[in-house]
Amino acid sequence: MITTTGLRKVYHSRGRETAALDGVDLHVREGEVYGVVGRSGAGKSTLIRCVNMLERPTSGTVEVAGTDLTALAGRSRRANAALRAARSQIGMVFQHFNLLSARTVQDNVELPLEILGVSGQERSRKALELLDLVGLTDKAKAYPAQLSGGQKQRVGIARALAGDPKVLLSDEATSALDPETTRSILQLLRDLNQQLGLTVLLITHEMDVVKAVCDSAALMKGGRVVESGTVTELLATPGSELAQELFPVGGEPSEEGRTVVDLTFHGEAATQPVISQLSRTYNIDISILGAAMETIGGRQIGRMRIELPGRFEENVVPIGFLREKGLQVDVAPVGAAAGRKADSTLVKEAAK
Amino acid sequence: MTWDELQPMLLPACWDTLYMVLWSAAIAVVVGLPLGVLLVLTDSGGLLRNTAVNKVVGAIVNVGRSLPFIILMVALIPFTRYVIGTSIGAEAAIVPLAVGAIPFFARLVETAIREVDHGLVEAVQSMGGSTWTVVRKVLLPESLPSLVSGLTTTAVALVGYTAMAGAVGAGGLGDLAIRYGYQRFETNVMLITLVILVVLVTVIQLLGDFTARALARRGKRASGA
Repeated sequence: MITTTGLRKVYHSRGRETAALDGVDLHVREGEVYGVVGRSGAGKSTLIRCVNMLERPTSGTVEVAGTDLTALAGRSRRANAALRAARSQIGMVFQHFNLLSARTVQDNVELPLEILGVSGQERSRKALELLDLVGLTDKAKAYPAQLSGGQKQRVGIARALAGDPKVLLSDEATSALDPETTRSILQLLRDLNQQLGLTVLLITHEMDVVKAVCDSAALMKGGRVVESGTVTELLATPGSELAQELFPVGGEPSEEGRTVVDLTFHGEAATQPVISQLSRTYNIDISILGAAMETIGGRQIGRMRIELPGRFEENVVPIGFLREKGLQVDVAPVGAAAGRKADSTLVKEAAK
Repeated sequence: MTWDELQPMLLPACWDTLYMVLWSAAIAVVVGLPLGVLLVLTDSGGLLRNTAVNKVVGAIVNVGRSLPFIILMVALIPFTRYVIGTSIGAEAAIVPLAVGAIPFFARLVETAIREVDHGLVEAVQSMGGSTWTVVRKVLLPESLPSLVSGLTTTAVALVGYTAMAGAVGAGGLGDLAIRYGYQRFETNVMLITLVILVVLVTVIQLLGDFTARALARRGKRASGA
């Protein structure tokens, strides 16, 4: 639905060049919620603005719903009619809502319809329908200043949907909201995604957002996408930074010379008593250093950090057993370089 | 001079002053508003970035603002004759008054529009709005309270200018104050015209403030409105 290829955006200031985007390839499938995470300055915001050409990429292409927007925009800095028409098919919600303070809630939702040239009666019918969808029917005549942050964002979402877009871009839509409101807004996005088949590309710096709604995610650093994939794929990737961030398990080994292993359960493995089987089969004592169980994108996923007696070399067989049971096993990078070395051996083994 | 002698002169003078202020303010809005918008749009970082246009318009506005009104008025006499047919009287005074008020108001418009949150512009662009849509639906409505304040300031300044215009035969309260109050030492005429001018300025200011506040409040009424 959204594909960016080799996207670069270079800013010039005082003779210096800064690449906010340094070759970004992103692929968002139709009907999924895709989260781009990263620290501020990683280029997320530039990326999402490039998707609807609010920022013109220096090079590379952006394709949304089969239309090459970069070709449409051409060389000119101003948006031509074709690009404007394409933009009206891409909804966008903003961190600071960006509602017009001089217009009522209903008039704010009607604004994109005015731009599309929809007649007055049809506009108000559509606006009220959208306000109903986001649960704000009673606020139609209120002004934005009279609403809470969460309500403002609901208006922002209703407005973004007015042109019946296939794609919704969300620029840190929940970053100015408290945790509870964040949850309700994310739930709304999830519902809209499912009810309307809306494809959502969201950027955020909060891992919880990805955890709550995203089917897929990408991690950006210094203008590049360093990891991407479906959340399940990411969790199944050994050493995935996103998986670790999404699902942190902590815990230091109790003493030197022990092997610390991170286990990730998903699917069927999550329901099996694997640890007690391991303990019985090899007659070893296992201590659990940390564990968490969560639902990500509607699937139960568990993560656990366990400690096995003895060094890695002595635990090859138990680790093999765990892997056979369908768990993902990473040797935790605690303590020494030895751990890391072992980790890379494991990766090689996994490759076989 | 007695009240009976003064009264027949006072009313037409008031009317002349109002006539000049209203017309020149109206022309200042018609010309100054687009100029102010143009200054913002063509600025670097604006929607119609155009350094050449921005520099030229900016320079014209600056020159217009730095000329003392009394000089401007005299310098414009040939132009006024060309437009109105004469350089004397209230109608003729409207020309220099408007020319003086246009750059003044244009700068105030520029400041007001710069205050509008860029996020709103971006939001309308993301809906597929053109630059014209942005101006019409965002920049002007969102800055309306400040624009009204700017217009008030301009109108008050114009009241002052009309007094100067009176000196070159434009009529109005300023003319009365200078000819009778100053040149003939009629202190009571001077006092009465001053009081009327003060009242006039106060009324304009109050009206402007009230309107600006009402417009700003539109979006900020307490809940339940």
